[in-house]
Amino acid sequence: MVNPGRLNCEHVWSEISNYVDGEVDAALRSSMDEHMKTCARCASVLAGTRNVVALYGDERMLEVPAGFGRRLEKRLAKGSAVKGSVWSGLSAWLVPVAAMVLIAGGMMLTSSLTHGHFFRSQHAVPASNIPPDLVVVVSSGAKLFHVPGCPFIHDKATERTLTAKEAMQEGYMPCPRCLRQYLKTSLTGKPGAEVAEGEEEEHEELVNASAH
Amino acid sequence: MPETRTVLNTTVDNPVQSATREQDLIQSVQRGQHELFYELVRPYERRVYAAALAILRNEHDAEDVAQEAMLKAFANIRQFRAEARFSTWLIQITVNEALMRRRRERTVVMEGIDDRRDEESEYAPRDFADWREIPSEALERKEVRQRLAEALGTLDRKYREVFVLRDMEHLNIQETAEALGITVASVKTRLLRARLMLRDLLAAGWEQGWFSRLPFEKGTKPW
Repeated sequence: MVNPGRLNCEHVWSEISNYVDGEVDAALRSSMDEHMKTCARCASVLAGTRNVVALYGDERMLEVPAGFGRRLEKRLAKGSAVKGSVWSGLSAWLVPVAAMVLIAGGMMLTSSLTHGHFFRSQHAVPASNIPPDLVVVVSSGAKLFHVPGCPFIHDKATERTLTAKEAMQEGYMPCPRCLRQYLKTSLTGKPGAEVAEGEEEEHEELVNASAH
Repeated sequence: MPETRTVLNTTVDNPVQSATREQDLIQSVQRGQHELFYELVRPYERRVYAAALAILRNEHDAEDVAQEAMLKAFANIRQFRAEARFSTWLIQITVNEALMRRRRERTVVMEGIDDRRDEESEYAPRDFADWREIPSEALERKEVRQRLAEALGTLDRKYREVFVLRDMEHLNIQETAEALGITVASVKTRLLRARLMLRDLLAAGWEQGWFSRLPFEKGTKPW
């Protein structure tokens, strides 16, 4: 801390910068003013320092290379386009990804309708080439769909008519007797093998066995 | 009573209108009008470049870093809060970018003990028999600006950086300290030294005829 009452040149020089910035208290400022009235060197230092601050603080001292603004604008335009395209870029990714997810989901759903637990039986036999608009019947409490008139329809009182496509979408699987020509795997391992006569429950057992 | 300082008028004539316009631009860019960003930063492009140049001392690197800093500011514009000055925020980003670039390129010469002693020691400004003030009008002349830039370029890095941020970029002492990661006391010490050294350099330059072709009236000694 400088004692304002006993200023020498070194003290003044050490506070010149604060003085120029207006960061000295009134007492010190007064003492420095008094000192500089009689000290040519310190007055010169103060004037020179002010001159430096004024000159370098002038906007004209901030020069940029020719074309700087144009190049900056160009790069910013490019950069903002990149940022602006973040969402469009994402959407460009998201659209095909979403499409793939939908397709995959559809395939899984279709697959599950024919292979998975969406079947009313966990052991469905895959069918192929069943005409989707083939008229079939299902009955309440059963797991198979049949061609109309199949003797293995479980409960004819609750018989309901629909297309093969709709039946499969509801989780029914084809009767291995009346629709065996469409089964990928016959009960005997050979397409078209005969199934023993019996109730639909027996068919279910056989279907289950074939699935294993 | 505080000394008045020359403040850059980098935007428009009316400071209130300028500030309002700037706030509007900031909000517009924050809301997604990206095409307005250049209009927002254009008043500061020279300051950004000068800050980068003060640290990197290479025009090509300074321009590249200035552009990078602008892009970084653009990318982070949503984080800018109105309580800070936009120009200060921009300069601080630039300083950070420049310092990172310098560190990455390993161009820093570690300061030795002698450098720190040099900073802490007293600096005695030279006594010139014939000193003249250089009027601001002289800055219209390219050779004057060039001489001043050369004088600045001779300063040691630590003095030059503080001087540029404080006296050319007009950051306050605290902001300068934060931007450079040094203490307020160091800023004050280095600033004092930088100003005194530049005063000596310009006065010596005058004696050496740097400005002899300029039509300055011989100034009256202020003492």
